Parts: sequence; C-alpha cells; structure tokens
Amino acid sequence: MAHFEKAKNLNEWLDQRLAVNTLKRVLNTEYWIPKDINFLWAMGMVLAATFGMLVLSGIFLLMYYKPDTNLAFDSVNYTIMSEVGYGWLWRHIHGVGASIVFLIIYIHMFTGIYYGSYKRGRELIWLSGMALFVAFSAEAFSGYMLPWGQMSYWAGMVITNLFSGGSLEAYGLVEWIRGDYVPGDAFLTRFFMLHVLLLPLVIIGLIVLHFGTLRIPHVNNQEGAEIDFKEAADLWKSGKKKESKVIPFSPVFLSKDVFVMGVYFILFFYLVFYNFNFAMDPVNFDPADGLKTPAHIYPEWYFLWSYEILRPFGKDAGLIAFGIAQAALFFLPFIDRSPNVAPAHKRGLFQVWFWVLLIDMIALTALGKLPPTDATFALLGKISAWTFLALGPILVIITMFEKKIEKGA
Amino acid sequence: MKEKEKGRRDFMGMALGACAAVGGVGALYAAKRTWDPLPSVKAAGFTTIDLSAAQENVLNVEKWRGKPIFVLKKSADMKADERDIVIGSDRFHVSIGLCTHLGCIPAYEKEQHKFKCACHGGEFDASGHQIFGPPPSPLEIPPFKIDGTKLVLGETGPEYQKMLDAGLTV
Repeated sequence: MAHFEKAKNLNEWLDQRLAVNTLKRVLNTEYWIPKDINFLWAMGMVLAATFGMLVLSGIFLLMYYKPDTNLAFDSVNYTIMSEVGYGWLWRHIHGVGASIVFLIIYIHMFTGIYYGSYKRGRELIWLSGMALFVAFSAEAFSGYMLPWGQMSYWAGMVITNLFSGGSLEAYGLVEWIRGDYVPGDAFLTRFFMLHVLLLPLVIIGLIVLHFGTLRIPHVNNQEGAEIDFKEAADLWKSGKKKESKVIPFSPVFLSKDVFVMGVYFILFFYLVFYNFNFAMDPVNFDPADGLKTPAHIYPEWYFLWSYEILRPFGKDAGLIAFGIAQAALFFLPFIDRSPNVAPAHKRGLFQVWFWVLLIDMIALTALGKLPPTDATFALLGKISAWTFLALGPILVIITMFEKKIEKGA
Repeated sequence: MKEKEKGRRDFMGMALGACAAVGGVGALYAAKRTWDPLPSVKAAGFTTIDLSAAQENVLNVEKWRGKPIFVLKKSADMKADERDIVIGSDRFHVSIGLCTHLGCIPAYEKEQHKFKCACHGGEFDASGHQIFGPPPSPLEIPPFKIDGTKLVLGETGPEYQKMLDAGLTV
C-alpha cells in the first residue's frame, strides 16, 4: 500500500483509502450463507432493525425528557405525549419496540436451541448472544425507570432490594446502588445515564462482537449439515449456482431478510398505531409514590418467567434461584454433551427436553402475572420453578447417552 | 535480543504495569465514591415525630429518608414486646414500613392486629415479627433517640443501642 493512483471515481478513491471493495466482499457479496435455512434465521436482522428503531425513537424522546423526580413523569406523560408534535409516535415506537424486541430475542434464542446452533465451533455465537440478552434486559429495566410512575418506582425498589440478600446488607450495597436510602433523584439520573449512554454503547459493541463470532464458523443450517464453505463458494462463483449449497449474503439472502422484515414491520406498526397499550402498564400512569405500594407488583411480560422463579423461595434462596435462572442458559453449549449438531426432531429425548423447556417458560410467564395469593397457582409456580432448575442436570444426562446420528447422503 | 536489552524492556513493562495499576485502582475508587449517596442526601436523614397525640391501635405512617415509618400505639390488650418503645406508660411499635422480603409496604389490619403485605403474602404481628410468608426477618426498627414525648429518627439513642446490641434489629 501507500501507492496511490489518481482515482477515476469516488468508489476507487475510497477503495484506495478504506479498502471498501474488500470489505464489501468479506461482509456481503462473498459472505456465504447456506441455502437450507428458513425464515427463523432472519430474526437476527429483524432484531438489528428493531434496535435501530429504538435508537432513533429514543433520540427524539431524549430531546424533551427530563431526568428529575419532580419533572420526569410530566415530561413523558404531558410534554411528550400532548405537546411535542408527533411525540406520541416516538413514545409508542419506543414502548412497543422495547416489548416486541424481547419476543424476537426469545424466538431467536429458541431457534438456536432447536437447531443446535450453539454447539461445538459456535459456542462464542451463543455466549455473545446471551451477553446481549443480559445487556438488553438491563437496558429495558433502566428504561422502565425513566417515566417515574408507580411501577417504575416499585420495580426499582424490589429489584434493588435483591442486593440486600444475605450479608450484602452489611456493606450498604443497596444504598450505594441507589445513591439514596430509597429510589430518588440520584437513582433516576444514574439509570438515565445507563439507559441512554453506557448500556447502548455496550449493546452496540456486543452486536459487533456477535456478528464477528458468526463470520468464521458460519451460520448453521436446518439439517445441521457440515458444509465445506470454500468448495461450495467456488461452485457458486464458477456459475454452478444450482449445485452450490450456499448463497451470498448480499444480495441473495438479504432479499429474504428484507421480505421477513417487511412482514414484521407490518405487525410492528399495527401495534404502534392500534395496540400500543399492551406495552404500557396502567399502574405506571400513576406518579411514583414512596408511601404507597401498588396492590400487585409484577414486571413486564418478558421478565415474568425469571420473576416467577424468584417468587416461591425465601429471600436468599430466591436470590440464588434468580441468579441461576439468569445464568443457566449461558452454559448450554457446555452441558449439552451430545455429538450431534441436528434439529431437535432428529435427536430423540432432546426434542422432549426442548418442548418441556419452552412450555415450562411459558407456564412460568403466565403464572408470574398472577397475584401470589392463590394457593393452587402458587404451587404450580413452585413446580414450574423447580422444573426449570432441574432441566439443566437432565440435559447433561440425556445428551450424555445420545447416540451419534448417522447422516444420510 | 541481548540480555541487557531484554532486562531494560522487562523493567519498562513492569514500570508501565505498576503505573497503570495505581491509576486503575484510583479511578475505580473515584468511580465508587461518585456512586455514594451525596452529603445532602445523608444530612436530610433526620426526622422528629411527636408521639403525644397518637391514638391506640391507629397506624400512623410518617416519612423518614423517603421510607414509610410505622408508628403504632399499642392498646393494653396487645402483647408487650422487647422491641416496643416505652414512653411513660405507653408502648409504641415503631418500624420501617417496608416488608423485609423485597421492600413493599404492608397494610395494617386493625382487627387482627397484624401487618399484611399484598405483594408476596408476608405477614407481621403488631410487634413487627414475621408470622407468615417469605419475609426472612422482623420489620426493621430505625435508629431513634427518645426526646421527651418526641422521637428523633436517624440518631442512635441508648434505647436503640440496647436493641441493636440485643440483636432485635439490624
């Protein structure tokens, strides 16, 4: 390098300085994607697009939001909703986006589990994805604080109180996290900082890492087939597109991504314009009051399953169970001992395990929403929580005995 | 590479490491201190409550450090407890009105003389002892000092110190 010729056009000028042609090849036109993948593999781009919507709408909300316990509630519910032109639009996009992004994350996660896309060679994809899930959870929680309604305040109270479990109280950890004896101004401003600066930076960094982890081991496929990407790519490049098992990411696979995103955004904007209320808790339209607890405190739907795991146990045991629930899925690549990278319906007992996990998490979600007073439901919640905790060791056992699948031609 | 040169580089590496470590620890300490409660927040942590007008079996909720404080004057038929604050012939139950499970505010049920937390079903008796549900410990007693018929919250008086030493509160 360092030899420059007079460029004939902008692309050539940039290529000499930024190697844009190489980048385009590596990241787009010669980034090979297996042919054999279905619409569930488009969820990654759907997530990226939703994150984009959240950032954009967040920027507009940021212009009028006031991070002050006396002003926050009205700045959201009066200024942004009634005074700012189209302020309601940004808020509804932001609220619906924050809720629906978790639905897509869960679909993305369960797709990965179903097809074994976390297994040997792809562990880092799974781990960076789980780190993203945790970062998104923190982002959602810190954002939930900002309108400073009743549910914001009490969710902040309950969740930060988790850090007084065991001997943590003695270190004053709760007061340190809050910067006050109760959630107050210091609490609101530091969660504001986390929500609009630090956590988005972390998320963007993790997205880059997540994409990076995918580039070398390549994306898995419906059959879990091992593909010689170099050989398949050469076939494609030599014009034998039919014989090749792969397609370039751009423009061929991207067109499928864009189609799925199109369908998704119809649903997304249907929710934004006609059904935004599902993402707005009615209790959070009461201003925060430190002297009055809402009758029933519950988190947003996407945290209900882990909340329900916390609930049936005492304080310290609940904290431990909650911690395990949050971290358990991280270990998936290491507790699945099976030699097979294959979809669940070809893996015998693993298929049963998969559906039990999915149904158990749906059951926990439903039970988590119910008040804790009904004894039958409380018992069901306890059983579901124990089932979740038991599924880890069970997976180790059933996959240890899983036989190697003979792959057909 | 010559031995002498290698030694020099090792020294430079260690010196850089040491400087970075000192700076890193300093920065971490500064970051930790930035998150500590502000002096103004700490200074606002005192509240005086006058107990002379309290009525029996009527729960008064005061505010101290942003937290609700339960003040309950016990009637004669309510069991005495070592956690009671005694002023003259009157006995009071004073506690931080936050369930020790996850910090919700329990409601007082007058007839049954107990506190019931709707969030996770925890119950406390009129002396603040947990009697049902997930709360792991009794309702906490805030640091107090008796000043005539007044109670100064946030200051540690001898009566509070005695309770603290006896392990009746944290």
